[in-house]
Amino acid sequence: MKHTPLYQAHVDAGGKMVDFGGWEMPLNYGSQIEEHHQVRNDVGMFDVSHMTTVDFKGVEAKKFLQTLIANDVDKLKTQGKALYSCMLNEAGGVVDDLIVYYQDDENYRMVINAGTTEKDIAWINAQAEGFDVSVEPKLDLAMIAVQGPNARAKVYEAIPGVEGVAGELKPFNSASLGGLFIARTGYTGEDGFEIMLPEKSAEFTWKMLMEVGVKPCGLGARDTLRLEAGMSLYGSEMNDEVSPLEAALTWTVDLTDEDRRFVGRDALEALKDKGANNTIVGLVLEGKGVIRDHQKVVTNNGEGEVTSGTFSPTMGKAIALASVPKGSEGLCEIEMRNKMVSAKIVKPPFVRNGKVLV
Amino acid sequence: MSEVRDDRQYTETHEWILDNGDGTYTMGISDHAQALLGDMVYVELPGEGDEASAEDEFCVVESVKAASGVYAPADLEIVEANEALDDEPELVNSSCYDNGWLVKFKSDGIDGLMDAATYAETLD
Repeated sequence: MKHTPLYQAHVDAGGKMVDFGGWEMPLNYGSQIEEHHQVRNDVGMFDVSHMTTVDFKGVEAKKFLQTLIANDVDKLKTQGKALYSCMLNEAGGVVDDLIVYYQDDENYRMVINAGTTEKDIAWINAQAEGFDVSVEPKLDLAMIAVQGPNARAKVYEAIPGVEGVAGELKPFNSASLGGLFIARTGYTGEDGFEIMLPEKSAEFTWKMLMEVGVKPCGLGARDTLRLEAGMSLYGSEMNDEVSPLEAALTWTVDLTDEDRRFVGRDALEALKDKGANNTIVGLVLEGKGVIRDHQKVVTNNGEGEVTSGTFSPTMGKAIALASVPKGSEGLCEIEMRNKMVSAKIVKPPFVRNGKVLV
Repeated sequence: MSEVRDDRQYTETHEWILDNGDGTYTMGISDHAQALLGDMVYVELPGEGDEASAEDEFCVVESVKAASGVYAPADLEIVEANEALDDEPELVNSSCYDNGWLVKFKSDGIDGLMDAATYAETLD
């Protein structure tokens, strides 16, 4: 199995290591629920070095990304600004979801998922043919996400110089400091930074963060946090066969510029005209139990399926994201272990910045 | 390392059973099982007087990670369920052999259980 530069630090901290798409990663360091609360109430950090950074350089970098992804990088005007998007296949299905960071029109940085890296790089290289752009996967970068209401203050305390360059950063913006790339982004619904850094510096930086009281958190808490925040997970809410229009990601698709013929656009326009059948909604279980992935959902408008189900530590109830027929509302029933259990359909997010919103 | 207590017996599916000596037994899940499941968030218990046949799934313990059925080790009748778990399912994590017990039941006898040493070997 593959290891990140922080593998030994996880083992030393008592991390329960599991196979995560070929990477041996910490599921938790004791209690997933305590780690979850730690991030909601204070600050925690995640090793996300398994994710992949790709740099795009060249005179046609902008033109290429305008073809590759469904959101329009023309929205990015200031250095460090970030954009969430999907790249699509010809049928409009999602190849991956990603974040693009802008440096200038000839320099962009992208972060893609770990489990899809090989597929993504092959796809990107194939699309890049004929463009004057170089596609440079940075496999030697580590990434640490520091998240929680006190995350930024703790990062400033732990890493000298960061406050100077990142102290004024607005959400979804980034800055560089030597070999560090610091973005005010995350996957938890809390404030914080995602820090990309050379793998040689990873363990030292991790320990500096621990020194100032930032607690390591595992992938278990990362999943319950993102689910409470109503954020999609590639492979669950969307995949190669599901389009953004069916995954409540229409906001990440920009059809404004009619001349921008990005990959998958024709299929999306056809689907838009016809009307997508399904969308992603949130579910809150009324009774006791835990909603699990792939359970059947019966709504006022037909049948659907749970795409991500879990127990929300913040709410003390089971919650889920589910793909259901459009127009589903009110109460629905979930088939849980051969019983039909009632749940309420809600609009995600469930929790943001420590507050329950549903 | 998982704790295994010598005063009780174990099933292949990681439950422990304590013979109370009066025709009743107390049952819970082992330390190994609770660690594997992780943070417990819900325990579905049977009611007093409920009956179950050997191998019936008669309880469900749910952690953040997974739901796991608990199976009857013999034909049995429930004497008491641990109602404290309704509010504090995490007792199964923090005290699996004491306060985190699941049920007490009556039975004419249970076959095929492992003693502590044998069970401990299966965990290696």
